[in-house]
Amino acid sequence: MTKIVYKHIHLENSHTLAVYKSVGGYQALEKALTLSGDDIIDEVKRSGIRGRGGAGFPAGLKWSFIPKDDRAKYLVCNADEGEPGTCKDRDILRYVPHQLIEGMIIAGYAVRAERGYIYIRGEFYREAERLQAAIDEAYAAGYLGDNVMGRGIRFDLAVHRGGGAYVCGEETGLIESLEGKKGQPRLKPPFPANIGLYGGPTVINNVETLTSVPDIIMNGGAWYSSLGVDKSTGTKVFAVSGHVNKPGNYEVELGIPLKVLLEEYAGGVRGGWDNLKGVIPGGASSPVFTKTVCETITMDYDAIGKAGSMLGSGAVIVMDRSVCIVRAIARLSRFYRHESCGQCSPCREGTGWLSQIMQRIEQGKGVRGDIDLLLSVAGNIQGKTICALGDAAAMPVVGAIRAFREEFEYHVEHGRCMVA
Amino acid sequence: MSELQKSSSGVPPRFSEEAMRQVEVIFQRYPADRRDSAVMPVLHLAQKEFGGWLSQEALDYVAEVVGMPPIRVYEVATFYTMYNLKPVGTYHVQVCTNISCWLCASDEIVRALQNKLQLSFGESSKDGRFTLSEVECLGACVNAPMLQINDDYYENLTPAKVSEIIDQLP
Repeated sequence: MTKIVYKHIHLENSHTLAVYKSVGGYQALEKALTLSGDDIIDEVKRSGIRGRGGAGFPAGLKWSFIPKDDRAKYLVCNADEGEPGTCKDRDILRYVPHQLIEGMIIAGYAVRAERGYIYIRGEFYREAERLQAAIDEAYAAGYLGDNVMGRGIRFDLAVHRGGGAYVCGEETGLIESLEGKKGQPRLKPPFPANIGLYGGPTVINNVETLTSVPDIIMNGGAWYSSLGVDKSTGTKVFAVSGHVNKPGNYEVELGIPLKVLLEEYAGGVRGGWDNLKGVIPGGASSPVFTKTVCETITMDYDAIGKAGSMLGSGAVIVMDRSVCIVRAIARLSRFYRHESCGQCSPCREGTGWLSQIMQRIEQGKGVRGDIDLLLSVAGNIQGKTICALGDAAAMPVVGAIRAFREEFEYHVEHGRCMVA
Repeated sequence: MSELQKSSSGVPPRFSEEAMRQVEVIFQRYPADRRDSAVMPVLHLAQKEFGGWLSQEALDYVAEVVGMPPIRVYEVATFYTMYNLKPVGTYHVQVCTNISCWLCASDEIVRALQNKLQLSFGESSKDGRFTLSEVECLGACVNAPMLQINDDYYENLTPAKVSEIIDQLP
């Protein structure tokens, strides 16, 4: 199967400029600089690539929203990878940083941004070191700076480490953080494409999205869109964790059946396919699928959306039959409570309620009506907050009740788990 | 919200010359009129320079270096969990218990650590060597269970491996 963002990660010293150049690195940049910015944007539009961070917004379209005025523009790479279950970008950052940097220089040139930032989660200290070393190499080689490849184009790039706040993965929370403030998301509109970092037009893309750009430019948007399926083109890295025999990051074409991903790539479900209980398909905030859904679901944006969940960041969390779903979701609710930035009341208060109720049900202290209370609290969060963190907290609870309601009821009625 | 703690040494924190050079490098990453952006990296640097945590005096000093009102620095320092506002041990052991790690038996890792270090979450050893913390997802989920000690990740853990890792720390 074709690989794009991970195609070089198994090479020795793949993180160095020398190795990256030996496999054709920075040739896409050379080609891009012979094209106009609009040509590049059209090529990315043709590729059909959708944002790989979670929202799945078409990247080319996002770039085309940048106004052609004379304000300073910015390009920001979201490397805040924090959605539980997600660790796909980390391998790009530490193994192929130059491919990301090349993608960013191309993107910066396309939207006429002269300054770029990579906002990396603070805990990725070693990854940030790798990235900085690669940036230093790229400056020394003339790929970055005030005269990119001798073409008189400016692009400066810097790493900015976060401080351990999940909410900074939200693009406007990230911008606030990058400006030296608490990472509390902004009300939209205005969108970052118009008013973003330092009030300037700003493109924010995920690591995996930007790392795909060199191949899109080199081989063409049409080539990229021939991979994957309709409206979910190209490849995607799925981080498969939990109860499989070979957990790992697997880059495959979108549209692959989940069962194939688990059985043929991830070594199979622990204890065999029939031992599968459910799968969270796209990171902690995406509603869980039952085994029945897992039998036939394909891993693309539309199929997963139609089935009531999200492809999200591509974090596939596998649970076998030993798992108490109530306990699993209670753990996630605790996470969202911890990470709510406190700005919007429905989220600040609601995540606390969700966590408390989940916890008491899990501990066998739930009371009649608690399940409906959870749904009510979730309903009062969803769509009523500035950013998507509130939705992210509500969806796993609602999804788990929908898929495994009998387990919640058993907990409440019997004061204990039906599984363990 | 946690209260800011005063430094017990009485010595006002000051960056070394080498650290000041790093501050200058940090400043250059941002537009000249956007100095505030440097506050997070300078706080990270200060925490490294001043013994792994940030006293109120350290925050005031960062405010002075960056040129921000101290209250703005307090806001930032209290918002982000990576800034330690009270002393931590030489080794800050942070164990992930979020979903992927939990599915891969992080409970056993937690027990092994608590036994080995004789600490509960949030506690530091009397000799100042260890602090044990529970942490949210650190983004190494396919290598669960995992923990972080200072700047390094330790992955694919077993209780036996945890014990070895602790023993091998210098």
